[in-house]
Amino acid sequence: MSADHAAAAAAFVADEPRTHWHDGALWFVRAKRDKAAQSLPEWELLRETASQIKGHTISQLADYLEQFERNAVRLGAQVHWARNAAEHNEIVLGILERHGVKRLVKSKSMLTEECHLNPFLEQHGIAVVDTDLGERIVQLAGEAPSHIVLPAIHKKKEDVGEIFHRHLHTAAGASDPKYLAEAARQHLREKFMEADAGLTGVNFAIAETGGFVVCTNEGNADLGVSLPKLHVASMGIEKLIPRAADLGVFLRLLARSATGQPITTYSSHFHGPRPGGELHIVLVDNGRSEILASDEFRRSLNCIRCGACMNTCPVYRRSGGHSYGTTVPGPIGSILAPARDAAAHGSLPFACSLCGSCTDVCPVKIDLHHQLLAWRKEIAHRGLLPRSKRWSMKLASLVLGNSRLYTLAGKLARAIVPRLPRFMIYNRLNAWGQKRELPVFPQQSFRELYRLSREQGNGEQVATDFTDAADERPKA
Amino acid sequence: MLRVGLFIPCYVDQLFPQVGMATVRLLERLGVEVDFPEAQTCCGQPMANTGCTDEARPLAVKFLQIFKDYEYVVCPSGSCAAMVRHHYAEYLAGQPGFEELRGKTYELCEFLTDVLKVDKLPGRFPYRVGLHQSCHGLRELRLGSSSEIVGPAFGKARQLLELIDGVELVPLERPDECCGFGGTFAVNEAAISAMMGQDRVRDHEQAGAEVLTANDMSCLMHLDGLIRREGKPIRVLHIAEILAGAET
Amino acid sequence: MTSKVAILAAIRKHPLPPRPLPELNQAWIEYHDRPRQFAEMLESVGGHCRFVENRAAIDAALDEAPAYREAKKIVSLAEGIGRGNVDLNEIADPHDLEDLDFAILPGCFAVAENGAVWMTDMGVKHRAVAFIAQHLALVLPANEIVDNMHQAYQRLEFEQSGFGVFISGPSKTADIEQSLVIGAHGPRSLTVFCVQSPH
Repeated sequence: MSADHAAAAAAFVADEPRTHWHDGALWFVRAKRDKAAQSLPEWELLRETASQIKGHTISQLADYLEQFERNAVRLGAQVHWARNAAEHNEIVLGILERHGVKRLVKSKSMLTEECHLNPFLEQHGIAVVDTDLGERIVQLAGEAPSHIVLPAIHKKKEDVGEIFHRHLHTAAGASDPKYLAEAARQHLREKFMEADAGLTGVNFAIAETGGFVVCTNEGNADLGVSLPKLHVASMGIEKLIPRAADLGVFLRLLARSATGQPITTYSSHFHGPRPGGELHIVLVDNGRSEILASDEFRRSLNCIRCGACMNTCPVYRRSGGHSYGTTVPGPIGSILAPARDAAAHGSLPFACSLCGSCTDVCPVKIDLHHQLLAWRKEIAHRGLLPRSKRWSMKLASLVLGNSRLYTLAGKLARAIVPRLPRFMIYNRLNAWGQKRELPVFPQQSFRELYRLSREQGNGEQVATDFTDAADERPKA
Repeated sequence: MLRVGLFIPCYVDQLFPQVGMATVRLLERLGVEVDFPEAQTCCGQPMANTGCTDEARPLAVKFLQIFKDYEYVVCPSGSCAAMVRHHYAEYLAGQPGFEELRGKTYELCEFLTDVLKVDKLPGRFPYRVGLHQSCHGLRELRLGSSSEIVGPAFGKARQLLELIDGVELVPLERPDECCGFGGTFAVNEAAISAMMGQDRVRDHEQAGAEVLTANDMSCLMHLDGLIRREGKPIRVLHIAEILAGAET
Repeated sequence: MTSKVAILAAIRKHPLPPRPLPELNQAWIEYHDRPRQFAEMLESVGGHCRFVENRAAIDAALDEAPAYREAKKIVSLAEGIGRGNVDLNEIADPHDLEDLDFAILPGCFAVAENGAVWMTDMGVKHRAVAFIAQHLALVLPANEIVDNMHQAYQRLEFEQSGFGVFISGPSKTADIEQSLVIGAHGPRSLTVFCVQSPH
């Protein structure tokens, strides 16, 4: 279990130049976020306000969901409730089949990824086209998105050129982004024109008005639902906020956190169906009510799916989204996935150096690195740690808990290790030693030197000479 | 005269005694009476960070017993001090002396700036120094401003280093990215850990650092291991060694 | 038990202590020169901002752009502006807008902090017109620029069914190796005309 992320990550990182390219691309997005955040003196107040709005909403989620449904229905939308992924997929299929939909266009929705909607609909004879350019790229490549905002961040333009050559008949070897994007524009225009229905996600749903907001840069969500008459919107129940005025806070934080833009090109507010059209909203639980019940992990429901935690995570940047093996990768994904299946995703909370950068960028102040640590405790207590780890920790606790054992172990290590031939220390069994030298083991421990110096100096100063530092350093 | 209980991380005690000695020297030069209670072993962080809180608990209990009567507890490690201040509540909440212990446990640099209010340090260290900002010290103890947060810039380690004649702090491209040690992460995710560390070293190299320093020996142990494997000429020193007057 | 009942029951099974809603009335950012800030932000996201004396001056300004000069099919819902030759009200099916070259639409107000313009589908038979046109121009009074999004929402109400959108710049994508391409699926350009005098 522990090997899962580690093994995938090691494979990713084996291509060093490509990993550095991937790391650099995401760091650049992080840097843009920093610049955007710095441009607003009230940035930290915005984060705190957003966190409090989410905390309040979650504390009364059932009431707000009922209020949202009432208002949405009053405006003419139809509201459906899905306990889990399977129900969501059945509901969406039912709506589409009732309208004779054969071709569906979809804008970005991590929720529908979570529910694996696309393959389900395809199985039932409905062609699904992901219209966000990044999602279309990975769809054509037969892959899952590797980032929740930048789905194809792991693809170089040559890779995209190859995919488009195969599927869109662009020129072989062409990799100019403008040329490729133009080809995608023409191709997707056709899809928009021939679609029987459009499906979107929901960035924010407003309880007091019964409406919701969809944010894109490409305009694909809007094209997808303003041409065909049927609009289906899938949302996780945690996407609710109480009032329209709260959007002022969230729309100021979302794009700046995600990509460093002041706002996405389009922030579309849908209230009720189009004249002559139909609007269906599907509210999905799929484990969210369970997370809500947990004091420790409830705050992860604040998430507005901005991806800032991924952009800043030094591990994510060097291992790629696919190494997490879960719909939402990175720090937030490593908290959400174990909630779904701790045995399968138990390696994820350990795919982290606990640096805390994610917590500092999260626009809704989820204490991500603390929750990752809390998951480690949960995994250990459920007996899901690999045996080797459990036993080594028990042994460590035994030795470190007993002064005599501790000092003895240290003395032995310092006596033996420096005498061992290199091949005994540096081999496949020594993970530390793959790329690093072990520390130079000193002859004496600090406590031995300290006691000596106290005895010699009659409790006076430990040393008077600056150069003692060099003398005390063990020779390499 | 101020009296402190010295808390030395287990791996510093066993593998980097010079850091402990430098810490004692530094504090004594600043007029502090230092006592090292020998009963101490480890704060329990390796177990706690693996989720094995049951194994960490006895160490926390022992720690409280050993240190509760000191006026201050000072430790040349941000992550160990953070363990006591932020992660011991799980084991010791409600125990007599615990809240006080939390309030009086300090990482070394913050002890110098916040309690001793050091505004000058003797000695000369005429080298280009790269300051690595260890994550726990930075984002848990807030020993400095992190690049993610919008607010006034400050840094306790930097502040102290700038007091030493000749020190030239070099500008890094990523001033507070993690080195990749992360405790057992260094071994469990060895490949990523190594690359993160190598990237940090490269940053210090491009900045022209001759000496690499930090307030956590764990980060430095990892970075030094990478530097020595690659045969690079950067010297790695714990900040206590520089502040106490190391001459290299 | 319906799914709705099950979900609400699952949530209500663990009642949570109430957490207050925070105060939204804070000292949010304001700009000394709102029009200038708006123009700068709009330009920074690839849009064009033009301040004109009056509505009559817009036609001349429009003609400066090749995209407009060469446009064959134009919709204009901004009264008296542009040589619109497609009557949106005569079109039954928005799919028929596929070959629309240029759309000139009225904006309600703008937001300085992010270069966004708020527009709705009030009086707009097909909301697709704002997204399907190859190029888009919006017209609004220059004195209808607010500082920030909080002020924006103070002006908005959503009692009725309808569609509204903040548009900030032309459509774009950076999905191909983070290379910015202007003109993704929506309009390839956005020009905002801020009219100084209402006539």
